[in-house]
Amino acid sequence: MSDLTRSTAAALAEGLAAGEVTSVALTEAHLDRIDAVDGAVHAFLHVDRDGALADAADSDARRARGEARGPLDGVPIAVKDVLTTRGLPTTCGSKILEGWVPPYDATVVARLREAGLPILGKTNMDEFAMGSSTEHSAYGPTRNPWDLDRIPGGSGGGSAAAVAAFEAPLAIGTDTGGSIRQPGAVTGTVGVKPTYGGVSRYGLVALANSLDQAGPVTRTVLDAAMLHDVIGGHDPRDSTSIQQDWPSFTEAARAGATADMSGVKVGVITELAGEGWQGGVMARFQESVDLLVAAGAEVVEVSCPSFVHALATYYLILPAEASSNLAKFDAMRYGLRVTPEGDPSAEEVMRATRDAGFGDEVKRRIILGTYALSSGYYDAYYGQAQKIRTLISRDFDAAFADVDVLVSPTAPTTAFKLGEKLDDPMAMYLNDLATIPANLAGVPGISVPNGLADEDGLPSGFQVLAPALADDRVYRVGAALEALHADQWGGPLLDKAPVLAGAAR
Amino acid sequence: MTATRTEDLMPFDDVLEAYDPALGLEVHVELNTASKMFCGCPAVFGGEPNAGVCPTCLGLPGAMPVVNGKAVESAIRIGLALNCDIAEWCRFARKNYFYPDMPKNFQTSQYDEPICFDGYMDVDVDGETYRVEIERAHMEEDTGKSLHVGGSTGRIHGADYSLVDYNRAGIPLIEIVTRPILGAGEKAPAVARAYVAQLRELIVALGVSEARMDQGNLRADVNLSLSPKGSGTLGTRTETKNVNSFRSVERAVRYEMQRHAAILSGGGSILQETRHWHEDTGITTSGREKSDAEDYRYFPEPDLVPVAPSREWVEELRGTLPENPTVRRARLQAEWGFSDMEMRDTIGAGALGLVEQTIAEGAAPQAARKWWLGELARRSNEDGVDLVDLPITPADVARIQALVDEKVVNDKLARQVFEGVLAGEGTPDEVVDKRGLAVVSDDGALGAAVDNAIAANPDVADKIRDGKVAAAGALIGAVMKEMRGQADAGRVRELILEKLS
Repeated sequence: MSDLTRSTAAALAEGLAAGEVTSVALTEAHLDRIDAVDGAVHAFLHVDRDGALADAADSDARRARGEARGPLDGVPIAVKDVLTTRGLPTTCGSKILEGWVPPYDATVVARLREAGLPILGKTNMDEFAMGSSTEHSAYGPTRNPWDLDRIPGGSGGGSAAAVAAFEAPLAIGTDTGGSIRQPGAVTGTVGVKPTYGGVSRYGLVALANSLDQAGPVTRTVLDAAMLHDVIGGHDPRDSTSIQQDWPSFTEAARAGATADMSGVKVGVITELAGEGWQGGVMARFQESVDLLVAAGAEVVEVSCPSFVHALATYYLILPAEASSNLAKFDAMRYGLRVTPEGDPSAEEVMRATRDAGFGDEVKRRIILGTYALSSGYYDAYYGQAQKIRTLISRDFDAAFADVDVLVSPTAPTTAFKLGEKLDDPMAMYLNDLATIPANLAGVPGISVPNGLADEDGLPSGFQVLAPALADDRVYRVGAALEALHADQWGGPLLDKAPVLAGAAR
Repeated sequence: MTATRTEDLMPFDDVLEAYDPALGLEVHVELNTASKMFCGCPAVFGGEPNAGVCPTCLGLPGAMPVVNGKAVESAIRIGLALNCDIAEWCRFARKNYFYPDMPKNFQTSQYDEPICFDGYMDVDVDGETYRVEIERAHMEEDTGKSLHVGGSTGRIHGADYSLVDYNRAGIPLIEIVTRPILGAGEKAPAVARAYVAQLRELIVALGVSEARMDQGNLRADVNLSLSPKGSGTLGTRTETKNVNSFRSVERAVRYEMQRHAAILSGGGSILQETRHWHEDTGITTSGREKSDAEDYRYFPEPDLVPVAPSREWVEELRGTLPENPTVRRARLQAEWGFSDMEMRDTIGAGALGLVEQTIAEGAAPQAARKWWLGELARRSNEDGVDLVDLPITPADVARIQALVDEKVVNDKLARQVFEGVLAGEGTPDEVVDKRGLAVVSDDGALGAAVDNAIAANPDVADKIRDGKVAAAGALIGAVMKEMRGQADAGRVRELILEKLS
């Protein structure tokens, strides 16, 4: 095979199956690529060269014995640092977990290992997944491979940048309000947030338990589907994981790639457009919609009136749950411990540790959440937010009674500059406007690259949302759109990305 | 340093002149499920510290809880036995507060949606029945256990360092909360005690917990307030934590009634606070203040799905309940042939179950009652522990009675056997053996002692020969003295009469 790092995971899987390449060779190629470009991109917080190569060697040995565990056996992967990995540091991008090595694997990680995917390392993220730019990582920001002065999105900027910079063919992200899809949009990659309960959360260090969902971060829709087939399905350790047989998402993606959209009814969400939406992003969105129509889809406009309250609702529920989740970081059992001078009490050690160990955005949300749950305010804030959440779910139900999928731009803008919104949390939060409703309702969504905005030449994303449990639809429509654009562009969008310094191309 | 009383108390009788007590009891029952509430770790406290833990009960980042179905079953059975309604749908909630022995710094509990609610238990005190209303019974997890090393009090303040054992963290608890118990008056301390004792009996009959108060399987918090007599209002309450025996429950209520009354009558007001109970000195001392400082920020636990027990399951569980306590008491009284007074005393002493088990082990009802309410009740009073916490089992008691029936020991020696078993010297048979308590029924040895007694008391012997059989007592006494009590008095009498006939 020619350039191992530029191949899709599906192509690598074929190469491995055909004996054209070994897992060790392609794992090494990606580790070398990381060595070459990650100094500039900073997608990784921890690279496990020895572990990945050992896993790759095991995979090759298995395959030689005719015991390959599945199509992706031997294809390396990067994992967002919010999922626990036995023997590998897990920091969640926070100082408070610096040096912590979990004694157990998250279910998603365990499934990757069972399926034979060597783990290259852990990717950078906003601290505890709080942010839309990866600038809130305590270990420094990740940079967008399209323009190193720009953000790669967040919170999973590390995973998106890793696949965009060809440091990994596959990555795992987590999406609480858009942390898989928005980075996908601004880096020209594919990101999928599965149905809530579709992928186990066991070992995913919770930001907001009722919103979090792990999912695939890849360069193609087919790769995402193949990865989803590996990590998805019921887990008895996660009570909220859904017990049902899922269809093959790989097959859904392959079916979609024929780009026949006849019989598919697509709803364009009225509320996710207008003021504050970048012109180039809207232009690309309309172009994509037109391609779907040309491919046979029926397109209608659908109003989801409660979506205008989604952001406010989200910023009550998320901090409330997070404030409680993050209470466990108290220096008593693991992670950072700061001991003030003198003869401090346990409470004083907790206070000093949390003061030093948490960043500003984390503290901001802990305070917000603590307030929202306080006696006397609960009904007005947390209680009210749960009601609006129900209304948002009803908007989805009503819409999906009429259409098969809903579509919108994934994010209102392309990648902004590092530091541009750091002092304006509200502006930062607004970047997740289009992605948040899916988390509140638990429905699946995908972001597919749909071109470059005219103003800045940066990638934009196209979001496809489907009813809960109908993840196959986002793969089918996503793959169709991807195929239609590939015809239009004559190749993948990432071919247009600039060559990174220190790299061969 | 032991806590000593610094507060004034009003004489108990005076308290009742001026005030009505309102009682409330919160009892935590530690379930005997094989695994913990939310993970597969063994639900056994003790053993090597921090050996029975996993990511979930240690609260490691990323770990998630899964509800123990057996614990839900136990909760429902407890609720049904307490005549509660069982929720068709309920959730767990997080109770948020920071403490080093709380792995997640929130306790997974239930808040406004308890699994069991609106029940009652009828409590017998001195032949009267008090209906104690149950507000709720809910499921939650236990915390770890802190050990404060150094310092003088064993409490966190002043300790050199603290150790935490998380083996207990996550063990399933059922918290049973009463509504305020009003109108008990002077019987308030006894009602509190009887409620806890009968609740324990019920829990034991259900088989859902070891229910040992001394082991912390059953922990009572006692809420008490006073209001001016006849006012019909509720006063400010104090919550006395971890009162770990039936008699302490009674004493704590009594103490708090007297303490509250002294404060109120002096024009003071009661501080709403947690009190610590001191078993050794029988007093309470101030713990942390409650009031508005404590905001637990409860919200539904998002990592768990609601618990929705089907009505079919609930009815199936209703079919597994032990006999209704009132029916059971009537049945036992009839079976055992106890008088009303005997039955009342047995219940009052918290000995009903113990007597029942002793009879099941083969003892006659009156014998079982006699030992538990006599010798053993005396020991429990002396040692300040509940009967059930004495280090002796119903099987031991039945065996000792069997030894008496078999004439291996007499009643007097049997008391020494009890003493030996309570002192940890072994089983009744081992104690008899080690202490050499078996009565001498060997006629050879006895005969020699009888001969000696006759020789030493010729006058008495003559009287007996003349037919004054009653005089034999003096000779029996002499023989028993020589045998150091280890002789069957009946056999001694027979031998004396034989020899002097």
